[in-house]
Amino acid sequence: MNTQPTVLSNFSLPLQWTLRLLLQWPLQWLLRLSWLVLMALLFLPPAQAESIAPGSATVSALAEGGMARSQALNDWIEQPPADPADAAALHALNHDRLFVHTTAPARLGVEHADGQLRDPASGAVLGTSTDTGWEKIRLNNAIRIKLRPRIDLLDLRAPDAAVRHAAAEDLFSARLTPAYVQEIKALIPTLAEPETQAKLGQLVAGFELNDPNPQVRLAAVAGVADVLDPEIRARLAPLAENDPDPTVKAAAKAALDSIQRRVDVWQFSQNLVFGLSLGSVLLLSAIGLAITFGVMGVINMAHGEMMMIGAYTTWVLQQLLPNHLSAALFLAIPAAFVVAGLVGIAIERGLIRFLYGRPLETLLATFGLSLMLQQAARLIFSPLNRAVALPEFMQGSWALNPVFAITFNRMYILIFSLLVFFALLLLLKRSTFGLRIRAVAQNRQMARACGVRSGWVDALTFGLGSGIAGVAGVALALITNVGPNLGQNYIVDSFMVVVLGGVGNLWGTLVAGMGIGVLNKFLEPYAGAVLAKVVVLVLVILVIQKRPRGLFPQKGRAAEE
Amino acid sequence: MNDKTQPVVLPQNGISRRDFMKTVGGASLALGLGIKGALDPALAAETGPIKVGILHSLSGTMAISESTLKDNMLMLIAEQNAKGGVLGRKLEPVVVDPASNWPLFAEKARELLSKDKVAAIFGCWTSVSRKSVLPVVEELNGLLFYPVQFEGEESSRNIFYTGAAPNQQAIPAVDYLMNDLGITRWVLAGTDYVYPRTTNKILEAYLKQKGVKDEDIMINYTPFGQSDWQSIVAQIKQFGSAGKPTAVVSTINGDANVPFYRELANQGIKSQDIPVVAFSVGEQELSGMDTKPLAGQLAAWNYFESIKTPENEAFIANWKKFKKDPKAVTNDPMEAEYIAFHMWVKAVEKAKSTDTNKILESIIGVEVPNLTGGMAKMLPNHYITKPVYIGEIKPDGQFDVVWKSKGEVPGEAWSKYLPGSKDLIADWTPPINCGAYNTVTKKCTGSGG
Amino acid sequence: MLLKKLFNGSDAAGFWVLAAIGLMLVWVSVANLALPADHPLHVSTYTVTLLGKFLCYALLAVSIDLIWGYAGILSLGHGAFFALGGYAMGMYLMRQIGDRGQYGNPNLPDFMVFLNWHELPWYWQGFEHFWFAALMIVLVPGLLAGLFGWLAFRSRVSGVYLSIITQALTFALMLAFFRNEMGFGGNNGLTDFKDILGFSISDDRTRIALFVASGLALIGGYLLARAVVRSRFGRVLVALRDAEPRTRACGYPVARYKLLVFVLSAMLAGVAGALYVPQVGIINPGEFSPLSSIEAVAWVATGGRGTLFGPIIGAFAVNYSKTELTTLAPELWLFFLGGLFILVTVFLPQGLVSLFRRKAKTPPASVTKADVTEANTTKAKPTEAKS
Repeated sequence: MNTQPTVLSNFSLPLQWTLRLLLQWPLQWLLRLSWLVLMALLFLPPAQAESIAPGSATVSALAEGGMARSQALNDWIEQPPADPADAAALHALNHDRLFVHTTAPARLGVEHADGQLRDPASGAVLGTSTDTGWEKIRLNNAIRIKLRPRIDLLDLRAPDAAVRHAAAEDLFSARLTPAYVQEIKALIPTLAEPETQAKLGQLVAGFELNDPNPQVRLAAVAGVADVLDPEIRARLAPLAENDPDPTVKAAAKAALDSIQRRVDVWQFSQNLVFGLSLGSVLLLSAIGLAITFGVMGVINMAHGEMMMIGAYTTWVLQQLLPNHLSAALFLAIPAAFVVAGLVGIAIERGLIRFLYGRPLETLLATFGLSLMLQQAARLIFSPLNRAVALPEFMQGSWALNPVFAITFNRMYILIFSLLVFFALLLLLKRSTFGLRIRAVAQNRQMARACGVRSGWVDALTFGLGSGIAGVAGVALALITNVGPNLGQNYIVDSFMVVVLGGVGNLWGTLVAGMGIGVLNKFLEPYAGAVLAKVVVLVLVILVIQKRPRGLFPQKGRAAEE
Repeated sequence: MNDKTQPVVLPQNGISRRDFMKTVGGASLALGLGIKGALDPALAAETGPIKVGILHSLSGTMAISESTLKDNMLMLIAEQNAKGGVLGRKLEPVVVDPASNWPLFAEKARELLSKDKVAAIFGCWTSVSRKSVLPVVEELNGLLFYPVQFEGEESSRNIFYTGAAPNQQAIPAVDYLMNDLGITRWVLAGTDYVYPRTTNKILEAYLKQKGVKDEDIMINYTPFGQSDWQSIVAQIKQFGSAGKPTAVVSTINGDANVPFYRELANQGIKSQDIPVVAFSVGEQELSGMDTKPLAGQLAAWNYFESIKTPENEAFIANWKKFKKDPKAVTNDPMEAEYIAFHMWVKAVEKAKSTDTNKILESIIGVEVPNLTGGMAKMLPNHYITKPVYIGEIKPDGQFDVVWKSKGEVPGEAWSKYLPGSKDLIADWTPPINCGAYNTVTKKCTGSGG
Repeated sequence: MLLKKLFNGSDAAGFWVLAAIGLMLVWVSVANLALPADHPLHVSTYTVTLLGKFLCYALLAVSIDLIWGYAGILSLGHGAFFALGGYAMGMYLMRQIGDRGQYGNPNLPDFMVFLNWHELPWYWQGFEHFWFAALMIVLVPGLLAGLFGWLAFRSRVSGVYLSIITQALTFALMLAFFRNEMGFGGNNGLTDFKDILGFSISDDRTRIALFVASGLALIGGYLLARAVVRSRFGRVLVALRDAEPRTRACGYPVARYKLLVFVLSAMLAGVAGALYVPQVGIINPGEFSPLSSIEAVAWVATGGRGTLFGPIIGAFAVNYSKTELTTLAPELWLFFLGGLFILVTVFLPQGLVSLFRRKAKTPPASVTKADVTEANTTKAKPTEAKS
């Protein structure tokens, strides 16, 4: 949907989006239709193309199907719309709502929300989309690509300024023929907002970089001097290399250099954001382990499966509330915490408590457990992956410029991971329960002597660690597969983060997770994804040699064990 | 060695002899189980059921893809038995779990052939599992039907490849992008293993032959299960916005696809910006993804569930009934296995025997109907003819066919676009009888017949 | 009678295990080669390859027990050394294919031909000679273990830190070997072997020879490990396992002791891998996966850590049940395997061998049972905490 102003208005709260979904979208449609009517009254462009009246050549060809239809579609789209009805039909085509009556009389019908087909010109009801004779004109990529600049141009005349601006931005990635460039150029003066005008000016300037007239080229170079779009760079490069006119050449070179400098800065920030985002995923997946392994000393190989449980909880909730994705997601956070936490408590009471003081045997037992949990997931949920949908507010990205963008789901996960981290820190450092956890971890007998029920604290601590792993699973469900292998993919990384940070040190986990993430993302462009990971692993090994107890070793008596 | 068989005086504080006898007894019991296959009256098999081996991973990383094929085989065998079996004998499936562990594939294949004496094995998904099984089926003269699209470059006397070779999937897809969508700039993105490597090598050679320049081809490999696609998608986006129509040809494998497509959607790359054509994303993979943001992206296969033919509709209905799941989907490897199974049945009936050598002869030229229309024919190189379809993903996770090959394309064992294999052909009929026959030197390299 | 001398004292159990292996070697060889296929006592080639595989696993388990049971070094990456030995052997076997590959190139393995490589990379040179490959089988794992151990033990990395970085090591190697540019065949690894030392690899007699070689390697490895732990050197190892700071304070160069035994163990693992490859017919990066290494540790724990013969029993028991269960209960076998690991840890902390040892007064040089009393849970016994 080209007309959705994804860039600006996406940056809003989830609630607003829910509202938007419920109210604004149909409203927008209504608005658009009424605007078409308005336009019909005020401004009638000269009829160049043949209209899409019933029985016209275009419509007959569309009704025919096959090659005739594709040809007719091409011709129809390329011409500027003859009248408002034509524009309405194009919009309908773009939204997969245009139908054609394949038997005589050949005519077009626009499907409305109520399932009624209406004539694009008169608005008269022609029937419903399921009636015989009517066939939807299916879109495919070939048509979508052709349609895109046409719809953008229509949207440039839309009453909503945001729609117009979005259309201007979208034109940068549309495939433009010289005819379209001319149409755009003619349209610029009619636009109200200088911002949108400037945007389109840059677009046109980009095309004029190849103009035979050196004066035009020079002006065009000045016009694109602060555009970061890679396409402009690709067009500037040959000019800076070998433009016959030395002034143009020098100007192009200067412009290209200045653009390149800015691109480098933005690219750096982009890598940093990518790295922090990867780091936040590592942090989330390691943070539960920092409790079960870091604080309790259980080498918990089933940690990954706790995340898997959290991810499946998300899926189940989405299945239960198929029409309330956001609500399901927010419910999934506490639900995953409780489900994974309860499983964790059950594991502690049923298994781990027999193994305290034998940390390496917890490795074997939890390894066995993880095999069983995985297979259980295969039997219960089938070995296939399950689809967890992103709620609307997490889709899309906030693009500051063509080089720097932050995707919403990653941003929310980054924020979420920090929230979880600080909540946990607060719990451990400021609450009575946290005090008890630390007391039992440091000196069990003394804690017992002071009246702490150590068995109970153990169970709850393990439950807490597992619950947090479950919460991490909710986040993972939003970026990767929900399936039986989910935990396996993160377990090695999780241990690496906890150990690198220093067992038992939450801040260490934070630094290690973010550090590995950022390092990885800065290496990736040079070394490739595989080698980057290998290099990071080798570096982790070397760092451990330097700091055998992790980056932030636990001090004091507890550390001696 | 003699020393060890002599009785030795047991020490005082060690393990008592009687206890130890238990261990030894246990060990020999274990070994006894190991050879129980040999005790079976092997010759009674002529009248008993015909055993069919199913070698698909039910646990481990590949279970996600392969477990469906196990159920598929069970359904096909049940259907055949309902029709009276083969040669008047019932078919008996033997299911084993090679657990996504490649050496275990070889071990299980050996077990199926030498212990269970199966007449044929249907199985494997990854190339490495097939490569692991290959020496075993050749040594024991078994039959393996391999139902997954793969890189080609192999033809074994004992293996039949019913999935697509690169010329039945990759090349038509690139042609479509070039001709119908006007693509001039290419990203070849794949998981770093042999199928993407080979496919990309073939495509690279093919594109260059079509006049695409080096700087208009970007090749990227990622590890298995890659889950963080931020940088790579950003790179693709940069590469694709240089003013030339760009497409991604994706040989990204299984699990890595969900985060890949998710990142594409989130970074705002739509099918009309940079279309992605995938060779490993089918209905089953889509059932595990949120497909709405994927609408319009492409896949090339030899079968789509959405293609309406009476055979296909019956197959889909049976599958849903068999799985007791109205949402169960079918996919390309299932059809490939369906074809493989029916070809084997026909070959057995033609040879009137399940003997491997007789089937190797009778199966060449056997034709069975595709589920989507037309006939699949077993070629002398052990590949089959297949129709090629390109589909666009619909929001409901099914495909809209946007292109179809004219008739069936015969599978090529050896790609003519790779310098190492351009002179090679495979032909398992006399007089050549060779899996890798060099047409220039007139010599059979590799494993000959 | 040398054996008898070696087995003086308390290791009767070890003797019986070796005797059983010896007996198995003779019996299986005879029953496979001499008896006709339809003879009721014939042992099929399938069983031979299966047992051969188990023997290699058992040797890997012994090598892990040598460092874990006696020096308290828990390596979660021992599969790496096993795989490196396997790759060295695989490279030799690849070179033996010569021009019988699919592409008929006399100098290059098939996978290089199809990656358009034109000459053999330097690190493949020499592998056409068996002696060279044999050297590399122990040298490469030994050198890597030496380097890794030198770095780690020198800076006193121990306990879980060591375990996790061994895991990082094998994980990094797995990713690296997956890369096709590395020149080791990528994900497909090395396969399609034809012959070894001039004998066809699919010949029954070659298989028996490999099987017997594996058995002898296991016996040899066991005796070597046993000799090590019985020596003064071994006693120091046990001392540093139980109380490393104290041993260090007594003036023992702890890092050097650990390094030596770690390298020895890696070499044993390399030999196991080398014998494994021709029998299963493939080596690929999957062998490097951290999970396989953890599984190998699980065999040791299941059999009985710190006994050397326990791991042999463990490797056989776990892998045999895996083989049977993946056929008998393909969808449920992971429950049995997982359940086995849990039951063993909870009820048989000293592994399966403790089933046969109830009457023993003092177990030979092994872990003392950690009592699960509340008092004990505060501070782990030194034995366990250091391992």
